[in-house]
Amino acid sequence: MSDTDKAEKISPPCLSFLTNQNGGKTVENNVALELRNVCKYFGEVIANKNVDLTVRKGEILAILGENGSGKTTLMNMISGIYFPDEGEIIIDGEPVVIRSPKDAFRYKIGMIHQHFKLVDVFSAGENIVLGNSEDGKFRMKEVNARVMEIAEKYGFHVDVKKKIYEMSVSEKQTVEIIKVLYRGADILILDEPTAVLTPQETERLFAVLRRMRDDGKSIIIITHKLHEVLSLSDRVSVLRKGEYIATVETANTTESELTEMMVGKKISLNIDRSEPKDVQERLVVSALNCNTREGVKVLDNVSFTARAGEILGIAGIAGSGQRELLEAIAGLQHLESGEIIYHDPKTGEAVNLRDKTPLQIRELGVRLSFVPEDRLGMGLVGNMDIVDNMMLRSYRKGKSAFLDRKNPQDLADRIIEELEVVTPGSHTPVRRLSGGNVQKVLVGREISLAPTVLMAAYPVRGLDINSSYTIYNLLNSQKENGVAVIFVGEDLDVLLELCDRILVIGGGKITGIVDARTITKEEVGLLMTKTSSMNEEKEAEDHA
Amino acid sequence: MNIIAFLSSAIRFSAVFLFGSTGETITEKSGHLNLGTPGIMCMGAIGGCVGANIYVSNANTIHAVPAILLPLLFALLFAGLTGLLYCFLTVSLRSNQNVTGLMITTFGVGLAKFIKADLGESVDAAIGAVCTHFRNLFPFADNLGWFGEIFFSYGILVYLAIAVAVATAIILKKTRVGLHLRAVGENPATADAAGINVTAYRYTATVVGSAVSGLGGLFFIFDYMGAWDSGLTSTEALGWLAVALVIFTVWKPDLGILGSILFSALYLLPNFVEVSFAMRDLFNMLPYIVTIVVLVLTSMRKKRESQPPANLGLNYFREER
Repeated sequence: MSDTDKAEKISPPCLSFLTNQNGGKTVENNVALELRNVCKYFGEVIANKNVDLTVRKGEILAILGENGSGKTTLMNMISGIYFPDEGEIIIDGEPVVIRSPKDAFRYKIGMIHQHFKLVDVFSAGENIVLGNSEDGKFRMKEVNARVMEIAEKYGFHVDVKKKIYEMSVSEKQTVEIIKVLYRGADILILDEPTAVLTPQETERLFAVLRRMRDDGKSIIIITHKLHEVLSLSDRVSVLRKGEYIATVETANTTESELTEMMVGKKISLNIDRSEPKDVQERLVVSALNCNTREGVKVLDNVSFTARAGEILGIAGIAGSGQRELLEAIAGLQHLESGEIIYHDPKTGEAVNLRDKTPLQIRELGVRLSFVPEDRLGMGLVGNMDIVDNMMLRSYRKGKSAFLDRKNPQDLADRIIEELEVVTPGSHTPVRRLSGGNVQKVLVGREISLAPTVLMAAYPVRGLDINSSYTIYNLLNSQKENGVAVIFVGEDLDVLLELCDRILVIGGGKITGIVDARTITKEEVGLLMTKTSSMNEEKEAEDHA
Repeated sequence: MNIIAFLSSAIRFSAVFLFGSTGETITEKSGHLNLGTPGIMCMGAIGGCVGANIYVSNANTIHAVPAILLPLLFALLFAGLTGLLYCFLTVSLRSNQNVTGLMITTFGVGLAKFIKADLGESVDAAIGAVCTHFRNLFPFADNLGWFGEIFFSYGILVYLAIAVAVATAIILKKTRVGLHLRAVGENPATADAAGINVTAYRYTATVVGSAVSGLGGLFFIFDYMGAWDSGLTSTEALGWLAVALVIFTVWKPDLGILGSILFSALYLLPNFVEVSFAMRDLFNMLPYIVTIVVLVLTSMRKKRESQPPANLGLNYFREER
């Protein structure tokens, strides 16, 4: 009885397909997951078209593609968040229907999302057990014991009772990974897991992933960082604009070959960094102290100088005080103490920005183009069109009671043309544009106002490679025009290539101001974690 | 001022707030800010009237058990259905929760008024006939002096309110269902990715919560008032206090037991101390003032556990991009 069942399960056409693909070699059923001809549309937008993919047992497959190439959508279909419009998903040789995350868990698929799916006020243990509807009494003690078991097996460090909101990003990621392992996942999907990690944390994560691969698990990792692909994966599948391009063995490929597959044409990924010339002090920040409304210190004795004709990079783990620092300069943050001296290039006067209102600071030519996580949160109004968003910065210049839309219209048209903003027109609500285009509008507007200090926080977040380089070049040309550029970035490789000096911030303290031309990525990574590790040591001493 | 009588009245009257706030807490834990609670309590009240009317007009003699059970079931049904309407509008038709809630309040009050007018005067007789059974669950309480007055002098609904609040607290804290419900209200996308049926949890919690809230209206008419009188105006006003109580108790139904007694003591205070007529309205503001103070204090402390469910008032659609 059971034999016939088995025979039915491995359906002949499917088997022949596999053997054909592998050139007649016998397949010892080592394919864990296969996608055939999968398509997904959002309205008229094609997110995925005719994607074929195979994942073997005990391998790390990297999915490479630019932002918007459909990597996450594809993975969401495997994990049951979206449902494919066309195509088949085959697991262990059987076509399956995955309608919900619950179905995905049944097929032992677990996804670790880029934006962690964790409940902030729950403990690690509670988050891990969430959604598990196994029989038996619900006891947190037993759950916690099993979590510790898994953690030990793969070498994680986790405190099961700790609340998520008290955790660092890398701790949260650990909880996410244990969560899918707790459910017995054999296929793990990680969506840009290293985007928020320091180089050291990334290495630790990769070690764990390799251990899981050796344990026979299949790991799919989504990324757009080429060097990670090369160092970690066994094979690479490339997507471009929603379409499947090819799969190659990692050992047989190179960085430039992958880039070409990813972008569709040869591009040089070099930032043309010019030597700073005619450097002058523009902004001297000394001994800034700043507390949150809850009284937590976010900036601790921060001092630095930003110079005209130079790009000053700010590196640090997310939430280390970068945002507060920029907002302080823009006059949006209440300061406990400290001074921000601005040297006005026109008059040569030195003024303290602390005494000025945000409006006055802007009039002086200090510009903040802040790209927050949700992109539209600061700077642009989603429901207004591009022209009206241009007016957000110029409405005070009007002389009559009625709005003058002529200049903003010109500016909007110019930005659309020069920055290649993809939009149906200048009267399209900004919220309908894709993330990259929204950012171009925002950065374009700030640059158009001829600033003397330009602060850009995460301006390339979510942009494809071409758009990113457009923005880098914009910043570079601003620098050459004698603007003091402050650039908060996430990608250390970019920071090292683009900036002249890098200010590293950790836990609200400056842990180093270094020359970007000579420092290595690892050294910056160490500086990023310096204060937090010092605090831990201090705490350990206090306990002893 | 007679302290024992005051305390006993406060505990008895607290059932209105406790039912209302326990029901609203269950609803809010799922992420639904149901501002329709006052209307739902009115629907509970009129549901009770319909039940009583059916029973009294069909029975020759009035027995205690069906006299309680029929109004109770109809109150649950009417209030639950109103909750279902709220869910249908917000979950299935994706309408804004605040607007829908306020609409439900207006709708509930209006519909209750309409049904009352439609039933005519026979309802008043029916309420009068069954209301004695809603009071004094333990007849021996009179023999126990002050102890009996404080602990045993109430009707069945008062004990039920406390039992429901305790049960809700345990379910929320200790069970898998409670964990899942809290997750749905905190972060529905996470709950969804974890394989929890967000829609089912939101529907169930809101319908059950509304049914529980509706019992507040039932208690007010059948136990406390014993007559319709100006029942709706008061029920609606008390409903808003119940919503405030949810905030006051920082979404903890067990705290709700004490909180509801405090609210009811503040509400009844002018009856027990000698104050001028004009002052009474000022006294009636006390529960609101206390709520505002608590709101300010909790938001100043910024303790994450005493904040509202993070996704309260926000609808969830899975494939939204």
